[in-house]
Amino acid sequence: MPAITPEEVRHVAMLAHLDLSAEELDRIGVELNRILEYFAQLQKIDTEDVPVTSHAIPMTNVFREDEVQASLPVDEVIANAPDGVDEFFRVPRIIEE
Amino acid sequence: MQLHELTAYELSKKLAAGEISAREVVAGYYERIQAVEDRVQAFVCQTRELAEKKAAEIDEKRAAGEPLGPLAGVPIAVKDLLCTKGLPTTCCSKILEDFRPPYDATVIERCHQAHMPIVGKTNMDEFAMGSSTENSAFQVTRNPWDLETVPGGSSGGSAAAVAACEAPLALGSDTGGSIRQPAALCGIVGMKPTYGRVSRYGLIAYASSLDQIGPFARTVTDCALLLQVIAGHDPRDATSADLPVPDYVATLDAGIEGLKIGVIRELVYGQGIHPGVKARVLEAIDTLQNLGAECEEVSLPNIDYSMPVYYIIAPAECSSNLARFDGVRYGHRTNRSVSDIYDLFAKTRGEGFGEEVRLRIMLGTYALSTGYYDAYYLKALKVRTLIKKDFDTAWEKYDLLVCPTSPTTAWKFGEFDQLALKLADICTIPVNIAGVAGLSVPCGFDDGKPVGLQLIGKPFSEDLLLRAAYAYEQATDWHKQRPAL
Repeated sequence: MPAITPEEVRHVAMLAHLDLSAEELDRIGVELNRILEYFAQLQKIDTEDVPVTSHAIPMTNVFREDEVQASLPVDEVIANAPDGVDEFFRVPRIIEE
Repeated sequence: MQLHELTAYELSKKLAAGEISAREVVAGYYERIQAVEDRVQAFVCQTRELAEKKAAEIDEKRAAGEPLGPLAGVPIAVKDLLCTKGLPTTCCSKILEDFRPPYDATVIERCHQAHMPIVGKTNMDEFAMGSSTENSAFQVTRNPWDLETVPGGSSGGSAAAVAACEAPLALGSDTGGSIRQPAALCGIVGMKPTYGRVSRYGLIAYASSLDQIGPFARTVTDCALLLQVIAGHDPRDATSADLPVPDYVATLDAGIEGLKIGVIRELVYGQGIHPGVKARVLEAIDTLQNLGAECEEVSLPNIDYSMPVYYIIAPAECSSNLARFDGVRYGHRTNRSVSDIYDLFAKTRGEGFGEEVRLRIMLGTYALSTGYYDAYYLKALKVRTLIKKDFDTAWEKYDLLVCPTSPTTAWKFGEFDQLALKLADICTIPVNIAGVAGLSVPCGFDDGKPVGLQLIGKPFSEDLLLRAAYAYEQATDWHKQRPAL
């Protein structure tokens, strides 16, 4: 498995929406390479015909009746917002004029 | 004996008999908290006013002859990642510093229904990522047995609070050992129930396919009483199991005569298990044998791959779960100027998350990214199948499995680097990978520090696990020893 490059580290930070200092990007690059090296031991295991386990307890498609239930009180929800106005979350402009 | 030294079971008997009031119990615990909390630092928030109000209500209900559950009036401490309506719920992260959830987690609702006053919210590794509680953004919790050492983690505050008798019971969550490992290091009982046994609704998620809520207590009986309150199906958690909940206390003293117990070779005799820990665990296995269990060595050949599998799956799931913290609907938002909404997300998250959380989000994002998904994430899910099969094979022959809970006893602050710290969970992680049930019970001391014995049971065999732990506990007196604080 090839080592992760500084460009890849910056790309991953962009995907993860994390604004990181140049110093931290370097440090994380070193850490990630150390951890990925540790992961290499998995590559030698033969998993050719092994199915995946995404969930330990066998369970699929849990259904329930589609019934209307009360929502959380809007004012209590908005009270937690860093910038809440009436029943809205205010954010920087996202649509160009 | 002082009030705070009583077990939850003893308190419940005295409360039911009218020998003591819920108000006196709550007052007694806050007295204890005041006496030791400056040294232990288990709580990030104390909820005295609410607990006193709740206690008064309980006393009134009891006086009026209303039927109350066995734990009515018995206080509880709650890990700060379980949503408590109107009370701070921070995950010990700056990004949620001011968050007050508008709803209760299902387990909190059940504690309210059981009339248990909440004494406070406990310290933890930020977003449950860590094994020493040192990753909390707010404070350092100390192990009551030796204040120079860590309490374990991530639920270190809950474990320390119970060990220091600041609460008789506590709730934690366990993704890779975060209940069992601190329970072992603090000399108390801690259980990770089977995945699906307890509703995760209102638990702020770390890794959803591994997370499970469970109890901390000083005795196995107390652990059973609390599991009884929180276990059961919940339509608000689609992964919670729609199965009946047995009476856990009723079968506690049925003994372990004839039980077949497998001793996991890789985790008892393997590298990295501290000699002092191994010695105590082998003595405990002798005790189990003397109680009539048949113990023999068993190999789980793929179990050594649990660490890399965990450190792919858990960060992958966390990178997705923690995407919701974006500075829009709740939590911290950056005060710096931003160019657009994406800049707002990135600056908010860069500031709000601590170092270890940022690293795990990066690791998980990478493992899920185009070009690496097959090599890392998909590979880990396949090896997860192999580990799970090892357990399935073991259940054909054994009723329970046994090994240490933690490879070491409590270590000094800052003694290990982050990668070495990750190996602290080698004995507990396989249980989460396989989704089975695990419990840690005190099995002695090494150099004055507690050692935990881990019992592992097949899915939904919590009753058997508690029964075996109870038989062991009754044959020993480790649980009666308390730290000198």
